[in-house]
Amino acid sequence: MFKSLVVALFALAAPLATAAPIPADRAAIVAEARGETVYWHAWGGSPRINAYIAWAGQEMAARYGVTVRHVKLSDTADAVSRVIAEKTAGRDEGGAVDLIWINGENFASMKAAGLLFGPWAEDMPNWALLATETNPALTSDFALPTDGLEAPWGAARLIFYHDAARLPDPPRTIAALLDWAKANPGRFTFPQPPDFLGVTFLKQALHDLTPDPALLQAPPDKAGFDAATAPLWRYLEELTPALWRAGRAYPQSEPRQMQLMADGEIDLAANFGSGPISAAIASFELPETARSYTLNGGTIGNAHFLAIPYNASAKAGAMLLADFLLTPEAQARKLDPVIWGDATVLEMDKLSAADRARFDAINLGPATLTPGALGPALAEPQAAWTPAIEAEWTVRFGGAR
Amino acid sequence: MSAAGAFLRAAPALTIAAMLGPVLAGMAGVAAPAFGWFPALGGDEFGLAQFRALSRLPNFTQAAWLSFSTGMAATLISLAIVALIMAGWQGTCAFRVIERALSPLLAAPHAAAAFGLAFLIAPSGWVARAFSPWATGWEQAPDLLIVNDPNGLALIAGLVAKEAPFLFLMALAALDQVQAEQSRMVAATLGHGRVSGWIKTVFPRVYPQIRLPVYAVLAFSMSAVDVALILGPTTPAPLSVLVLQWMNDPDVALRFRGAAAAMAQLGLVVAALGLWRVGELLIAVLGRRWVAGGGRGMCEPALRGLGLFVAVASAAAVGAGLLGLGLWSFAGYWSFPDFTPDALSLRTWARSLPTLAAPAAATALIGLAAMAAAMVLTLACLETETRRGRRPSRAVWLLYLPLIAPQIAFLPGLQMLALAAGLNGGTGAVMLGHLVFVLPYVFLSLADPWRALDPRFALGAGALGAGPGRVFLLVRLPLLLPPILAAAAVGFAVSVGQYLPTLLLGGGRVGTLTTEAVALAAGGDRRLIGVYALALTAAAFAPFAIALTAPRALWRNRRGMRT
Repeated sequence: MFKSLVVALFALAAPLATAAPIPADRAAIVAEARGETVYWHAWGGSPRINAYIAWAGQEMAARYGVTVRHVKLSDTADAVSRVIAEKTAGRDEGGAVDLIWINGENFASMKAAGLLFGPWAEDMPNWALLATETNPALTSDFALPTDGLEAPWGAARLIFYHDAARLPDPPRTIAALLDWAKANPGRFTFPQPPDFLGVTFLKQALHDLTPDPALLQAPPDKAGFDAATAPLWRYLEELTPALWRAGRAYPQSEPRQMQLMADGEIDLAANFGSGPISAAIASFELPETARSYTLNGGTIGNAHFLAIPYNASAKAGAMLLADFLLTPEAQARKLDPVIWGDATVLEMDKLSAADRARFDAINLGPATLTPGALGPALAEPQAAWTPAIEAEWTVRFGGAR
Repeated sequence: MSAAGAFLRAAPALTIAAMLGPVLAGMAGVAAPAFGWFPALGGDEFGLAQFRALSRLPNFTQAAWLSFSTGMAATLISLAIVALIMAGWQGTCAFRVIERALSPLLAAPHAAAAFGLAFLIAPSGWVARAFSPWATGWEQAPDLLIVNDPNGLALIAGLVAKEAPFLFLMALAALDQVQAEQSRMVAATLGHGRVSGWIKTVFPRVYPQIRLPVYAVLAFSMSAVDVALILGPTTPAPLSVLVLQWMNDPDVALRFRGAAAAMAQLGLVVAALGLWRVGELLIAVLGRRWVAGGGRGMCEPALRGLGLFVAVASAAAVGAGLLGLGLWSFAGYWSFPDFTPDALSLRTWARSLPTLAAPAAATALIGLAAMAAAMVLTLACLETETRRGRRPSRAVWLLYLPLIAPQIAFLPGLQMLALAAGLNGGTGAVMLGHLVFVLPYVFLSLADPWRALDPRFALGAGALGAGPGRVFLLVRLPLLLPPILAAAAVGFAVSVGQYLPTLLLGGGRVGTLTTEAVALAAGGDRRLIGVYALALTAAAFAPFAIALTAPRALWRNRRGMRT
């Protein structure tokens, strides 16, 4: 009786075991991953990042026999849409998406809809090297706990950049930015919300203007939202007429905004991370005199992640790839502004001397800020603030004025 | 022969099914969530809540108005340009030059033309650079709202630059059938000027033949996504862009709103088509009075000049824009107000060429397959029609359904359907998806030349003992080779330009030049956009070049077959 029950249980468990590898069983994962093809859905707008992903694919093929295909997205939400469409059609295994480059709202909506595989991230060998103690953004994506459903891949801080030849002394507070913009109308803008960077600029301004920034760490109610954001809207009422095109048009993305800087249409812009500014100088996209800085009092910092959909076809290969991307070798290569210029998520103290040397050897480029020059990192407001700010901004400034 | 016969008999039904099945099924897949039904996202009640919420959005009315006004304006202007050029210049040297410039204009993908135009007319663009700082005094780009203007003027210009050539091509085919030249001469002997004579005598007969293409232009202009993203207003954007944004929003609950907005977009297009039809009737009444009134006076030279100027300017704008993008692909640092880059570099090309090969191969494979399938179905339909001696069916308007229905209104539904049917993200699904859009263009390009072929050729061959199969293979096909190749080129170019069908039906796993280009365009680096714009234009233009030269080479020893 007992024996037959065990047999029955095994019979039930067997197909499950082949469908979903156990994250902690490293040897089994390496064995299962060999020969798999991992379809990695990642934003494809930057040739530098695309080249980095192609390099990672070559390494995965050489080391583990895993084929990596980069599915170049113009919008991460395309991958989320795909998984939703698959769930709708009842395709609960054999999905098209194996790994997604993701964070923020996309993660929140996939987590809420139960579209993610895991937890798996904290079982990776390289998880031990992450700066999880010093950087809370690595385990909390927009104040939403990652719960091992996604692995941090890179960290970024909101920075501002300018052409030092045209603008030697840029404004260093949100208040000074307004005064400068009024004195120099049309020379500043931000990507139009709901663009990620544009919303982050709004959240930065909100943080610096709201009476009690601590309230931003909990979900707001209607009255709380109105009270906390009132100074932001007053500020934007003054700032918007002094923006590029008087706020009647906005660049639609961060790269389009960088093109405006290169064309000399604006003198000041925000960005995620200062490494990409050095990288853009190296690829002729910005003048050699471009420099970056942060605001007095600190700027918002966040991280970007890798997640695996619940119905992914190559889960073992995807986990192996994510772990490879957290090796000191892969992280150091990513930090190099000639390659990409994205900040690492590893804790230098946890690395061997040889691995630390890899990082020390990198020439960070003329516009990259050292950790000391970055100033304090501010936490992202809780996830519910983002859609609320987007919606209110669209009502107030996104229509015809 | 019996298998072939069965295929021929089934061909019209197959053709209709290949085009309409996906469109109607896809629309059902979008209509369901619009009315609140989408079980995977927790929607299980039918109702109008989404539409009510939509109508209360502060931006909705304006976005819908923008969609309507830019589409109407682009269509009216395109039609006016085509009419003025034909009226004022038919039979002249200038007309033949314009005819030659047509294929490259048609081949340039919408997104590439739009990017080129944006670089040309922006305050920091090529035109401003040409005059700065020596004439304008601008050391830095002026803060002028030219691209992305709230009224959509730049968007209208971008649409006209691409849609006028398409209408021109359609009207050229129609001109052959209405003895335009004779009518014009009769009008001239009665004392009418070139332009007014043409408009009074030829236009009323040409227009019914290009009515459906005009409708397709109207529907496309109202719902184009790629051109609107690049040139259109942003505060707010036209409705089609909002639909895409909502369909792609991280907040999946917005998909219901996106579906409702897609249905609203469809309704808007249908309403605009209805309004256009009313306008047609009104103009017909007024026009008859104008013709019967017998007036002779019109500012002829001014109208001729205007037509030529606008046509040449829009063609030159597309050409110069593409040239500018080409220059960008070789550029080092290039800032305002420099007219040319600081330095030229092969780096962008050296980096891109290896990554171009695979998407180029996929583009060619999918394009050839979709075009071949469309060609077989089209030839079978036309051959059946000829053998049965039928007049062209009134069902021809069905061909326009895939062109008139906004893509965003049925492709998400189609994707869901393909998934449910087990057609998962493969090249095959993408080919079938492309067939929906390629088939109408191939059919429309080939139908008129086919029907215009003198039936006495076939009669003569039959009298000499040739069966219907031999007549088809040895008489009709060779005689019609040039239009068949031209239709194939059009079909291939249409397939090259497809973005949404490739992305949605391929599950992102099928990368073509267009999907790569749009992904990179999100990055905004003009150097790379330049590389891909040139690659795309070349991919779409190559078949046109083959279609023009191949018949000449094939018939080099058949004097009567040379055209």
